[in-house]
Amino acid sequence: MRHMKDTDIPSSEITPQRLYNARRDFLTTSAGLTLAGLLPNTHAKLPAGKVSSFSTTEGLTPFKHVTGYNNFYEFGTNKDDPAIHAQKMRIAPWQILIDGLVKKPKTLGFEDILKLAPLEERIYRLRCVEGWSMVIPWLGFPLSVLLKQVAPLGSAKYIEFFTAVQPDTMPGVSRQVLDWPYVEGLRLDEALHPLTITAVGLYGELLPKQNGAPVRIVTPWKYGFKSGKSIVRLRFTEQMPQTSWMKANTTEYGFYSNVNPAVDHPRWSQTTERRIGEFLKRKTLPFNGYEKQVAHLYTGMDLRKYF
Amino acid sequence: MKAKARLTKLLIFISSLLPLSWYVWGILTEKLGANPIETITRGLGTWALIFLLLTLTTTPLQRLAKWHWPVANRRMIGLFASFYACLHFMAYIWLDQFFDWPAIGKDIFKRPFITVGIMTLLLLLPLAITSSTYAVVTLGAKRWKKLHRLIYLISVMACIHYFWMVKADTREPVIYSSILFLLLSTRVFWLYRKIIRPTTR
Repeated sequence: MRHMKDTDIPSSEITPQRLYNARRDFLTTSAGLTLAGLLPNTHAKLPAGKVSSFSTTEGLTPFKHVTGYNNFYEFGTNKDDPAIHAQKMRIAPWQILIDGLVKKPKTLGFEDILKLAPLEERIYRLRCVEGWSMVIPWLGFPLSVLLKQVAPLGSAKYIEFFTAVQPDTMPGVSRQVLDWPYVEGLRLDEALHPLTITAVGLYGELLPKQNGAPVRIVTPWKYGFKSGKSIVRLRFTEQMPQTSWMKANTTEYGFYSNVNPAVDHPRWSQTTERRIGEFLKRKTLPFNGYEKQVAHLYTGMDLRKYF
Repeated sequence: MKAKARLTKLLIFISSLLPLSWYVWGILTEKLGANPIETITRGLGTWALIFLLLTLTTTPLQRLAKWHWPVANRRMIGLFASFYACLHFMAYIWLDQFFDWPAIGKDIFKRPFITVGIMTLLLLLPLAITSSTYAVVTLGAKRWKKLHRLIYLISVMACIHYFWMVKADTREPVIYSSILFLLLSTRVFWLYRKIIRPTTR
């Protein structure tokens, strides 16, 4: 796990917002030392993104937890595995292939992607299917910007995204815990929804590798596993994609996976969640609190059936 | 009791408290990560299982390695299994659910891994209660022994509880279950030998 300086005040004694500021100060004064370890050959700090109106004002989850408590099974299934093992992942150069039902497939390099749109800061709640949650200040832009780089055919209904597989840097992929590569997907209208973003950073810096560097998807109204990390390919399809978790356990994981306190996971109640850093659980909100923005996408659908 | 035996007992007692001390220390120094409640709850459960397996290891050690001190301390090791199982349960009730009884009730009836977990604990408690010499005398050695054979079932259920809890990676429950399988196999082998060749020892 990556730690901050010993002089750092324990997270419980300060508010996350103050930690965020402290972190920023720390970054500017430490001459990029920390960041050199994160990304060997690229600029590490990102320009401050304009604050999005979609952002929540809730207290941020401390940086050390956001980057130290991760599910990224390619690097192991323990929460601290990604922070320990992800540092060897090669992320430069990085390319994303956009193909499938499009007029002309396109490959974009990470540098091209950064230039597509100004970065926005999106402070989103992240709710994991396991019953915990965080508040993370992402940096990115709408996924729709990326998808509009190609001309999809009329038959395209879904977008399927693929996470990188690097057997030599990802100790977790040697075991078939999940069907690699990690596949996730969205219905096209979900993917084009302004809440869905392509994230390239968090807490003002480029994405740490354990958080899905260099490019990941974030869909804040769905359980965390829907937000694919380290994306190398986006494919437009007509059929609903078979995601890795659906293949692993059809009865427990559905394609939609919208945060829904009314529909329990067979192994966890979804009515409550523990916000990382808090003792008492809090009530889980429908669509993770983004009901107003996204509920209309599902009108007429039985969300018990399409869980 | 000889001085050496007493020292062994004391050392086992102290080492058995080390896992608990680690969690207490971890809470005080904030060393249990981003989700300390999960770390504690799961960790205590794992230790309960480890102590169950240790209890089952004492007899094979005596018969195969001719070590007698583990069996001599079996009762205490078994009691520590119950101790950690109770702490595991308390961590769930108190830290994880914070006495949200409706939620706990729903969990017990709706989530198979929790159902099995509670049943395992309920089976383990009578063994802890009847661990005293007084209980052996009152029940009679034969009946007492019969009752305490429940540990075989309890260990299997504990492994099932673990298997059903994990999301996708079954490596750890597989490891513990393999050890349990090995330990139970020795019993089956001895039972088989006893039935087939009752005169040989």
